Amino acid sequence: MALPKYTEPHYRIWHYFYLFVCGCVFFFLIAPLFVIFPLSFNAEEFLVFTDGMKRLDPDAFSLRWYNDMIYGTKNPWGLAARNSFIIAIFATLGSIILGTLAALGLSSRHMPYKGLIMAILISPMIVPLIISGVAIFFFMAKVGLAATHLGIILAHIILGTPFVVITVTATLSGFDHSITRAASSLGSSPYNTFMKITLPLILPGVISGGLFAFVTSFDEVVVVLFLAGLDNTTIPIQMWTGLREQLSPTILAVATCLIVLSVLILLTAELLRRRSERLRGINR
Amino acid sequence: MSSETGKILTTDGIPLEESLKQSEKKNKIKAFLLVAPLLLFLIITYMIPIGDMFSRSIDDKMVTNMLPKTYKAMENWDGKELPPEEVFEAFYLDYKILVNNKTAGKLQTQLNYEKNGFKSVLKKLARKQKKFEEGNYKEQIMKVHKRWRNVEYWRAIKRRAPSYTYSKYLKGIDMYSNEDGKIVQVSEDRRIHRILWIRTVEVAFFVTLFCFLMAYPIAHLLATLPMKYSNLLMICVLLPFWTSLLVRTASWMILLQQQGIVNDFFVWIGLVADDNRPEMMYNKTGTYVAMTQILLPFMVLPLYSVMKTISPSLMRAGKSLGATPATAFFKVYFPLTIPGIGAGCLLVFILAIGYYITPALVGGASGTLISNQIAYHMKSTLDWSFASAMGLMLLTGVLVIYWIYNKLVGVDNIKLG
Repeated sequence: MALPKYTEPHYRIWHYFYLFVCGCVFFFLIAPLFVIFPLSFNAEEFLVFTDGMKRLDPDAFSLRWYNDMIYGTKNPWGLAARNSFIIAIFATLGSIILGTLAALGLSSRHMPYKGLIMAILISPMIVPLIISGVAIFFFMAKVGLAATHLGIILAHIILGTPFVVITVTATLSGFDHSITRAASSLGSSPYNTFMKITLPLILPGVISGGLFAFVTSFDEVVVVLFLAGLDNTTIPIQMWTGLREQLSPTILAVATCLIVLSVLILLTAELLRRRSERLRGINR
Repeated sequence: MSSETGKILTTDGIPLEESLKQSEKKNKIKAFLLVAPLLLFLIITYMIPIGDMFSRSIDDKMVTNMLPKTYKAMENWDGKELPPEEVFEAFYLDYKILVNNKTAGKLQTQLNYEKNGFKSVLKKLARKQKKFEEGNYKEQIMKVHKRWRNVEYWRAIKRRAPSYTYSKYLKGIDMYSNEDGKIVQVSEDRRIHRILWIRTVEVAFFVTLFCFLMAYPIAHLLATLPMKYSNLLMICVLLPFWTSLLVRTASWMILLQQQGIVNDFFVWIGLVADDNRPEMMYNKTGTYVAMTQILLPFMVLPLYSVMKTISPSLMRAGKSLGATPATAFFKVYFPLTIPGIGAGCLLVFILAIGYYITPALVGGASGTLISNQIAYHMKSTLDWSFASAMGLMLLTGVLVIYWIYNKLVGVDNIKLG
């Protein structure tokens, strides 16, 4: 954003000050994530940059914490990772199915009580997690699903569906309903119309909602803290326990893996967003 | 094809109006059936349990159920003088069952909440009641301990007669209803909850303010830069947004520790002495810094999506009409961004007011919030009815804010990324 030549000096100063502030805020946002990266390769057990690391001495770096994460004795991360993925995948599938159906219904102009129903459907997003955690725990304890995978999956479906409902409803807002009518008039069955016409068009919204649901489940700790037993421990639970007791470099190794995962998710989400905007004909 | 009777008929011979109505109804049912699975699921697993929290928070059946005969006998007692023999007899019979079932301890604890010193009186009665003879229980009970002659203790029992109570809500704001039934504050050294409420609102308010002050310039920059630069910078906002909350909290724990990088930097620029490094974690500072960074993307994204729609020619028009850049900004640009500010601020405020993980990890004792207290009662003291009561008080606050949000901005305007 180059300034025109005629800009007066004090506006020029103000402009550079503005850019400087922006730079600081961006630094504040992104820099903390990069602290974890080098420290997870630390050869020592301390969570500070050792002199060796500052000199970039190769001996000061090692993969021992990654080794510990994967092969360490009595290490919880393997079980936690497996549980986390199982729970997140099933929770995402559940959220996608329930959320997409609901969004299709909500987008129909025949839907009665739209506002009220929408408010109920997205309420798990508004209600503070701690309250959702307490309420869901009471329910799961009553029906005997506390400390089971199924209980946690159901809980995460509750928390994940609002994202799917919102993203799919947004995708459907630009949806041309005459296409489906055209398909019907040409003799397509409703199921066929949905699979061949509607679904491919709303797929970006469905997947990006699914990504939100996946991340919500994969990252969720408050509700799981109430629900999980020893067999249902997840990565966030292990990190939470580790951070409360002792901050070990192994946690940083796990954190680095999670950052890599979030970069992948970010890239996918961005690609989907662009594709969806292209399909909906929004040019920017 | 119009028929001769004047009414338009479909090919089946049904009037068109009726046919349309029917198909409309069919569509309505179809739409509702699509929503129904999720709606039912949420109502059963989520809405009803939240309602259940309410009944749990006012539930006080424990004592009522433990002393059924006593409360029946007490119905006619006015509470002015010592109760009649039949109350003593009923109490003796109820209490005997409790002692035999080894559940008298619960009653002792509960009644001790009502009247200090009740526990020892009841314990003594538990030991002596085995030797009781039939008849004249009033004399026998009063002989065990002289406090049974004090009507205050019987009133304490009577106070627990209703099977519901709002005392948990009073406790949540450091009040209680005293022996005369008046609502008073607890003694000053025990007023912990009100401090927590105030601190929660204060932290949520300032985190929202900091987020706004930091997000506004960068959202503006992102919205005005050419696409190829802004896309790159957008990653700085979106990457933290997609990164695990615990990872971000962990990085702040590393940065803010006493030997951490932030302190190193302060020492290096000479702001603090090396042997006098300030505590920046396990207090309110830690909570503020970490929460601001974690919630910042939630402020940037709505602001950005609003600013993106503001045409740059508006500012140019303002300037060409003689406004200074500052005037043009405050009179033209800023008012147009208010919907974004509203959305961002309320989103951040609602998220901040119920925050749990980050304060618990970096907050220490002086930086914990009301949700930490709820979790503490859920997991440690197991006073679930109190946790429910506080949760619902928090929820009421959030719903009020949400309602204002809905009035000002509209829920339909929520945008994700």
